Amino acid sequence: MAINAAEVPDLVERMPAFPQGVTKVLDLASRPDCAPKALVQVIEHDPVMTMKVLKLVNSAYFGLSRPINSINHGVVYVGINTIKNLALSIAAIGMLPKSNKAGLDMNQFLAHSLGVASVAKLLATHLGVPDKDATDFFVAGLLHDFGKVVLAQFKPEAFRLCLDQAAEQQRSLHEVELESQGISHDEIGGRLAEVWKLPPALAHAIHHHHHPEQAAEDAGDGMCEAVFAANQIVRSLGFGDAGNPLIAEFPPLVSERFGNDLSGLMSVLGDLSGEMEKARLFTQL
Amino acid sequence: MHFKFWGVRGSIPSPGPQTVHYGGNTTCIEVRGDNNELLILDGGTGIFPLGQSLIPEFPLKVHIFITHTHWDHIQGLPMFLPIFIPGNEVTIHGAADPITQRDIGEVLARQMEYAYFPVREAELNASMSYLNIQEGQSVQVGGVNVRSMLLNHPVLNFGYRVECGGKVFVFTGDHEWPFNIYDQDDPDYADYQQMVDEQRSRVVEFFRDADVLVIDTAYTDAEYPSRKGWGHGTFGSSIEAAREAGVKRVFLTHHEPTRSDEALELAFDEARKCHHVGREMDPQFDLAREGVMIEI
Repeated sequence: MAINAAEVPDLVERMPAFPQGVTKVLDLASRPDCAPKALVQVIEHDPVMTMKVLKLVNSAYFGLSRPINSINHGVVYVGINTIKNLALSIAAIGMLPKSNKAGLDMNQFLAHSLGVASVAKLLATHLGVPDKDATDFFVAGLLHDFGKVVLAQFKPEAFRLCLDQAAEQQRSLHEVELESQGISHDEIGGRLAEVWKLPPALAHAIHHHHHPEQAAEDAGDGMCEAVFAANQIVRSLGFGDAGNPLIAEFPPLVSERFGNDLSGLMSVLGDLSGEMEKARLFTQL
Repeated sequence: MHFKFWGVRGSIPSPGPQTVHYGGNTTCIEVRGDNNELLILDGGTGIFPLGQSLIPEFPLKVHIFITHTHWDHIQGLPMFLPIFIPGNEVTIHGAADPITQRDIGEVLARQMEYAYFPVREAELNASMSYLNIQEGQSVQVGGVNVRSMLLNHPVLNFGYRVECGGKVFVFTGDHEWPFNIYDQDDPDYADYQQMVDEQRSRVVEFFRDADVLVIDTAYTDAEYPSRKGWGHGTFGSSIEAAREAGVKRVFLTHHEPTRSDEALELAFDEARKCHHVGREMDPQFDLAREGVMIEI
């Protein structure tokens, strides 16, 4: 049975975060001298915690006059203790199981998300995006596949069929999802981000990360293209796995944005093993 | 517009001979509009004597604005006489709890539960209403306008800018100026500093040209490093911000519960010297004192 997009926000409210994030938050929060930056670092490397914290700080409970794009931005506005208690309340829900009936390896998934986040941030710098906004690209990369976590948790059997079919037929996972479920993970994540009033550029980047040409023209200074490109780069590197067997070539919009095709851009970026190693550290318990 | 301090102490009531001059009650400020509209900022223990003083005005309408729900800002509410008397209309404004997603009314009702207080919220005889405040929201009470801004504290804390007849009164509630959580050699330091600077500018704008600013000044500059992150301002930070905002008159409040009258004045004198208070164009600085009424 296909997932009903309208029920996704309620499902995600009750969804736990990754074991790595939960364990570290509980550990840090038990120390009276916990450094705020350590707590921020844990939250911003967990897609579920990041999504939920951004949801809250952009919600009517605060009614803040401007969108909050990053965890750091949230801390400046609502204070570290509120962010800490929010993270604790998420940790109290439990932990995502490492394996699920869908067969999506959550450690590999996390590695993929963190890898795309890191490369998207590098690409932001490459595009000349100011440092303070490059963090937004990291967040977009981290959250781009959020819809897959939702599917793995709440529609595991149906999602497993999609994963298997994509692997057997060497087809793009989101196309298989769309064909068999009528909705794909990019739309699920994007619509959730919209309903939760996350910053529009971020919601666009999640929603259109497989088809950046469909994003609004003013959507985030190339954020969508950067997430697309980072996604292909990280898969080309064989770092992590989020279930999509295909590496897509750059469509014209992405090639134009970077002045390069996939292999050309990878050559320009050079050795990314250091970045991937940093990302891998956050997948360890 | 005029206002009166009914509680100026931070953290916990501190009665006794050492604090008799500035007062031992926790935060509560009565504000009156030009048409005698009654507003109360915070319900610390100072709201108890305030409630007694209001008896001649029953039945009355009162709007209470809670900056935040830490004990020292709400502890007097269950003993605020007007809530027990039929005919009184009491409206309480404050922040919902974003963690538990409880409205301000639910948060406050908990301190009147069986284990804590003999009268349940549901048994109050006044007409009680509770309204969640959001940042930037304006509330009109007769001819008085109250605008809110989220300020930095270890819980949601709204500062209130109260305007009436062209006069402006600002109260911070509890507030620590945001600081950079990164070290200078961390990659995130510069971006974070930019966000901190932007937020500081927004807060200074919120104070801008106020006739009176009542500002959290819990610590001396020397005490601050060991209390960083606790959510309070210092003599130095308050003096600098008031100057920057072009405020006319400043009352420093949230006095430390362990600070005697004498020690408080010494700390204030030292800060004035250290920060050269009295320069041309400087605001007038005073320590907030219980019982003092000021016409704006």
